[in-house]
Amino acid sequence: MDPLLQLLRRNALAPREDLARQLGLTTAEVDARIAALESDGTIRGYQAVLDPERGANGDVTAVIEVKITPERGGGFDRLASRIARFDQVTGCYLMSGGYDLLVFVEGENLREVARFVSERLSTIEGVLSTATHFRLKAYKENGVLLQTEPEPGRLPVTP
Amino acid sequence: MRDFVADHVRDIPRSGIRDFFEIVQSMADVISLGIGEPDFVTPWHIREAAIYSLEKGHTGYTSNLGLPKLRQAITSHVGRKYHLQYDPKTEVLVSVGVSEAIDLALRAVLNPGDEVLYHEPCYVSYSPSILLAHGRPVAIPTREEEGFTLTARALEAALTPRSKALMLNFPTNPTGAVLEGEELENIARLCVERDLLVLTDEIYCEIRYDGRSHTSIAALPGMRERTVYLNGFSKAYAMTGFRLGYACAPAPLIEAMMKVHQYSILCAAITAQEAAVEAIEHGDGPVERMRREYEMRRNYIVAAFRDLGIPCNLPGGAFYVFPRIGVTGMTSRDFALGLLQEKKVAVVPGTAFGACGEGYVRCSYATALPQIKIAMARIAEFLEARGALPARQLATA
Repeated sequence: MDPLLQLLRRNALAPREDLARQLGLTTAEVDARIAALESDGTIRGYQAVLDPERGANGDVTAVIEVKITPERGGGFDRLASRIARFDQVTGCYLMSGGYDLLVFVEGENLREVARFVSERLSTIEGVLSTATHFRLKAYKENGVLLQTEPEPGRLPVTP
Repeated sequence: MRDFVADHVRDIPRSGIRDFFEIVQSMADVISLGIGEPDFVTPWHIREAAIYSLEKGHTGYTSNLGLPKLRQAITSHVGRKYHLQYDPKTEVLVSVGVSEAIDLALRAVLNPGDEVLYHEPCYVSYSPSILLAHGRPVAIPTREEEGFTLTARALEAALTPRSKALMLNFPTNPTGAVLEGEELENIARLCVERDLLVLTDEIYCEIRYDGRSHTSIAALPGMRERTVYLNGFSKAYAMTGFRLGYACAPAPLIEAMMKVHQYSILCAAITAQEAAVEAIEHGDGPVERMRREYEMRRNYIVAAFRDLGIPCNLPGGAFYVFPRIGVTGMTSRDFALGLLQEKKVAVVPGTAFGACGEGYVRCSYATALPQIKIAMARIAEFLEARGALPARQLATA
């Protein structure tokens, strides 16, 4: 992966001067590269990583396995993007294996998510079945461990 | 009562690092650029392999040379990466860190008074290890203008009829210097001509920058039979506390080293050896991620020193920079002690790595970037308060 992208994925708020120094570029070059990555669609946005345990995201998150009927010509794409458009859906992926789509849904409470599944998702023409799993506890979010342990110490000076 | 300590041990000076360590340890909230080990914890898959080996009850001795599967993994690894061919049955010895392997090699080959050449500034153990093996250490100073690398010319000038072995450490702790290309070939040729044994400590060889790969002197024509290749797991795999290194060399040399090893150590800890098998077989990904992180920090810290007006070579490997703080008018020791006492930033005086390190300090960038940033800001304040900021002096001159 582009080292600039690696640094941005770790901390999108890192000062441009720091990025420039680490990459051996000028800040103007970093700005230009970021602008290019944004305009070609490589970078789609910048978000904060929140601790779901603190009620920061929607209070309820579910992962839904969805089986759908592929269509001649478009395969799964039309139905998948139709499902992905719902605001409640935070992620939508075509999967190999026992089901077709994996859909991440967020809602204020259990009822809201249940209603989304029963009234919106299941009723779409071509959706054959759904299996909904509710998240109980988060351990890692976007690559960030949520249970932080104290750093193991190192000797202050070693050869 | 007699003084029971042996003369040659008593005569070894205290390590410059140890003095410094004691001062640092007595202080709180120090940001340390003085640490010669990765700030990464050992990758989880390697720690997990160690736990699994304990679960299975692998808690006994191993063969003196080390677990056969580890020796096999080592020979495959050095063959694949560095084009070095060794027989895992007779030409590899697993040691307790590279430090032990260096000690074994020196004790196995030196007769009293034999001269061992090494380049300075260098790792702190070389000269004492030579002395403890009753050899005579001969330091060859290296120069900043030459990137702190060893030149065949300097080596030739230091040779005498008693010269027996040459110790190399590239990439170098504390300078990050590398030795490659024509200079490496010239040195190899000279070693063949003058019938020298080479002990090459390549512990930092996985940490090379700028897209360059490492060439071992052992891979050069005529060198295999006269080289002890030393490497380990500490730096590349962030496994310092596992204490695991290895030596590859022709069977007679390994056999001689094994004699010393079997009576002093018996074998390296089995848990560490099991973990090392996992590291070598599946560790390439984490090694590369850590290497890239070091490279970005290197870029940052070198630029930061140069911005202050302090000359700083761009190191080709390892995780140290060796800036020339002599331009501030301070000695290495004054700089390091002043910085520690006034700004709570620890760096190691260059003199800890040999007399020719005067005028320099070693800064390790095996520390997270936010810490490095704070440390560099404090160094700037430290110099400014003393009116010793070279950039400022240049600007007003």
